[in-house]
Amino acid sequence: MNRDYDVIVVGTGHAGVEAALAAARMGCQTASFTLNRERIAYMPCNCSIGGPAKGHLAREVDALGGQMGINTDLSLTHIRRVGTGKGPAVQTLRAHADKSIYPQTMRRVMESQPHLALVENAVEGLLTHQNRIVGVKLADGSEVTAHAVIITTGTFLNGLCHLGEQKIEAARHGDPPVGGLSQSLRALGFRMGRFKTGTTPRLRKSSIDLTQMILIEPEEDSPPFSFKHARLEFARLLLPCWQTYTNERAHAVIQANLHRSAMYSGQIQGTGPRYCPSIEDKIHRFPEKRAHPIFLEQEYWDQEDLYVQGMSTSLPEETQMEILQAMPGMEQVEMIRAGYAVEYDMVYPDQLHLTLMAREVEGLFLAGQINGTSGYEEAAAQGLVAGINAALYAQNREPLVLERARSYIGVLIDDLVTKGVEDPYRMLTGRAEYRLTLRHDNADERLTPVGRAVGLVDDERWQRFTQKRHGIETETERLQSEFVSGKHNPWLQANGQSMVSDRVSAYDYLRRPGARYETLSALLGWENPAPSDVVEQIEINAKYEAYLKKQSQQVQQQQKLEHWRIPDDLDYHLLRAISKESREKLAKARPRTVGQAARVPGVRPADIHCLLVYLKKENGAFYSA
Amino acid sequence: MPSLKIANQDTISAIATAPGTAAIGIVRVSGSDAFALAEKMFRRADPKPLESHRIYVGEIVNPETGVAVDRALLLVFKAPNSYTGEDCVEFSCHGGSAVLRQALELTWRFGARPAEPGEFTLRAFLNGKLDLAQAEAVADLIHARAEAQGRAALELHKGALSQQARHLSDSALSLLASVEAVIDFSEEIGDLNTEALQSQIQELIEETETLLKRAKAGRLLREGVRLAIIGQPNVGKSSLLNALLQEERAIVTEVPGTTRDVIEESFQAGGVPFIVQDTAGLRNSEDTVERIGIERTRQAIENADALLFVFSAHAGWTEADQALWETLPDKPALLVANKIDLLDTPVSSQPTAILVSALTGTGLEDVRHALLSLLDLHDLNSENLPVTHARHANALREAADHLRHALHTIDQALPPDFLSIDLRSAWLAYGQITGETVEEDLIHRIFRDFCIGK
Repeated sequence: MNRDYDVIVVGTGHAGVEAALAAARMGCQTASFTLNRERIAYMPCNCSIGGPAKGHLAREVDALGGQMGINTDLSLTHIRRVGTGKGPAVQTLRAHADKSIYPQTMRRVMESQPHLALVENAVEGLLTHQNRIVGVKLADGSEVTAHAVIITTGTFLNGLCHLGEQKIEAARHGDPPVGGLSQSLRALGFRMGRFKTGTTPRLRKSSIDLTQMILIEPEEDSPPFSFKHARLEFARLLLPCWQTYTNERAHAVIQANLHRSAMYSGQIQGTGPRYCPSIEDKIHRFPEKRAHPIFLEQEYWDQEDLYVQGMSTSLPEETQMEILQAMPGMEQVEMIRAGYAVEYDMVYPDQLHLTLMAREVEGLFLAGQINGTSGYEEAAAQGLVAGINAALYAQNREPLVLERARSYIGVLIDDLVTKGVEDPYRMLTGRAEYRLTLRHDNADERLTPVGRAVGLVDDERWQRFTQKRHGIETETERLQSEFVSGKHNPWLQANGQSMVSDRVSAYDYLRRPGARYETLSALLGWENPAPSDVVEQIEINAKYEAYLKKQSQQVQQQQKLEHWRIPDDLDYHLLRAISKESREKLAKARPRTVGQAARVPGVRPADIHCLLVYLKKENGAFYSA
Repeated sequence: MPSLKIANQDTISAIATAPGTAAIGIVRVSGSDAFALAEKMFRRADPKPLESHRIYVGEIVNPETGVAVDRALLLVFKAPNSYTGEDCVEFSCHGGSAVLRQALELTWRFGARPAEPGEFTLRAFLNGKLDLAQAEAVADLIHARAEAQGRAALELHKGALSQQARHLSDSALSLLASVEAVIDFSEEIGDLNTEALQSQIQELIEETETLLKRAKAGRLLREGVRLAIIGQPNVGKSSLLNALLQEERAIVTEVPGTTRDVIEESFQAGGVPFIVQDTAGLRNSEDTVERIGIERTRQAIENADALLFVFSAHAGWTEADQALWETLPDKPALLVANKIDLLDTPVSSQPTAILVSALTGTGLEDVRHALLSLLDLHDLNSENLPVTHARHANALREAADHLRHALHTIDQALPPDFLSIDLRSAWLAYGQITGETVEEDLIHRIFRDFCIGK
């Protein structure tokens, strides 16, 4: 059937841009609908990309061929490594992007992308025919058709902002909400909920005595976010940020005004994020903590706006002032804008396939905050996967499902779809079972071949990737074939390195705690040492081999279950060995594999054992295997 | 993908009693055609439809010829109130393999197919009549040769080991959770208290080791103690064996594929089965060690868990005894001075020897006690339940290894993330016992140990 486009993407937030770019890059005629092209990939909350687990997501988006990492490298004002003391699996990058440069840069990419039409118009409804998407209806009543439609509307659906007792119908500061699409989704039978998220006050930098805060310098030698970039290039000096703490005076103000918070006064019906709580939430939940960390982050190169990381709130404006003024250095603080909370309609994501396609409406995909997540990186990751799958669907190709054992994106989507959400979902490292395998530094190794296979990784990225892979191989061989022996001991001793009693390969020497590649390359006089990204992989492989092996065994064991497909037409009600409650849960969740079935909340391991026997028996494999 | 036909269980049948001559034998049939099959091949006076939980008297007949095969009882169990949870009938026939075989073949010709090993229990499991641990215990109960074995299987059935393993598994999981929490929320909850963690891990290792120590006893209990009786010609080895066998009720097994020689026999001591190896050799070749064949004796000794060395109290400890004694490998061994009935005062030159008369039965009880103490099997009860499955022992060993590695990880001052890998592995290992760890081939390993008819 002839359609206007292959893929339509509604919304141009962090999910929308990745979805639209991915579909267009995979050769689909794509239309991207935005309400305001000035606010493409806008950052309404904080100015940072990355941090624990979120940095992993951002790197994975990049490794698959997404835009977030590249855009961050090109617009950042600050970057540093985080989680360095917690082991190679946890450490990652955190950057601050300039809030006007980030959207501008992304807009240019969108506008120059072949096959992509950027349309400024409001989508008011969805067109379907026999449980299949046909297209969208615009505000002026006109219709645009497509094979696949991706909805990435973030907090826009019936958005309502709260500032203390004040209520404003808005999706975020300065943007009106959208109602029609929400109705349209309800009419299609989607179960919808109401979530809430909050943002912090913005402060004027010159009104604060920053000398009373802890200065955090950027790390200019930090690696870039994008695997496509060899190094970060800065046109100007990076900016610092500052850390301070709340104190008991500030806590007392919050306690006294708790009843005025929109969250606590009952004004907000929506559920807030458990792992990104507002300051009033933190005081209420951890009454024994006397201080909470606060970071002051600069939102622009050339403007005074400071974001107060750690102080999202929906308390009234004057209370926010009082809290801030209680902290040293902020006695004279000026607020550019008060913090506020926003509540919005979301769609429960257990109504989606692992491809992010709706179970009940073929060709309709949902990605980002509408699925009950919070955060730019979580949104981008879903947008990318939805974009890829919408394109694969429009092209009649096999869908892409990313596995938990291979990526945080896989963990994210599996959690959303299999477990569902009760409050805004934020990625945490603890959500992944196989963290040492899912490092931010090897995201390319895990996902770039996947991105290449679907047609999203361009030649330039692919070449860089294969070069790095080749470098790791040849450099590992060199380390294994050259040796450190007694004759090197004087040099080792003189350079404060541990000496050897027997001849050991350079690779084995590298396993020692504290041993570094650069020591060996100096000791053995190598004229062409490997680049730092290659060295990083080799050092991790050598030093943590035992743990990597152990984890890979765990992964292999689990993969047997993950690769075991459950027939789509399995009638769970016939499985009498499984408790009635579990049968109902499984019948509702319709897991794709045994591994996924085991994660459906409330299903016991014993139930899965029963399922295994049934599947084996029906396969005829039980007595022959 | 092919559609599933789970509801349509076909009908299976098998002989449910042990092979060999016995007073009665049972043919068990389970599945949707069980009742129809019974109506066809069981002739009874009462014309009313079969009722559940009733016993009918009648004849098994060949429906084609009308010829009666056997006079028998028919037991009827209607789904779901049967062992398998399906419609089930049992023909209780006269023992004797020919009759039973004929009855079984009739069931195959008129609606049933031969059951696979463990298939009845598998169906019971699938129909929610048994959980996995209970199914595992059923296999043990079937295989139990002696009282203590049965007791251990029953404890397993009741979940004693599962309970202990679950406690260990929970401890490992809570350690894992505390480490994982630090990774994401050290800001809120502070850093890891490695000292406390070390001592908790150490404690867990010790508890696991305690359980493991009983694994050896468990294996002996499960498989029986292999005993080799050794001694010079004419010291009374076979009469001692006969005496031990006669006191208990001897269980004689025929091992197919060999000659009709009985090559092993077993007796019980304190509820523990002892399997005497190479009894054929003992019986037929009493007079000459040479005729047994040195190779066969050597093998029996090598396979044995314990040795019973017999010499004549009457002849005393001879040079030949000493020479034979010195060739024996280092294994738990018991010295028995036989034929004390020929002495005026029962003493022996070997102070550790137990004084026995196979002829009068004197000292046999002492031999049994000594065998049990020799192998630490003398005080088995539910408190110190032995780990009877190799599968369980392996899982415990694996868990302990991962925990020791966790201590090493702490010693190396590696970050908490590495610790979480060790602790996760330990937790997964414990879960193999409790069934919390879902493993692809676990079910298979459990059901393959079954025999046909169960």
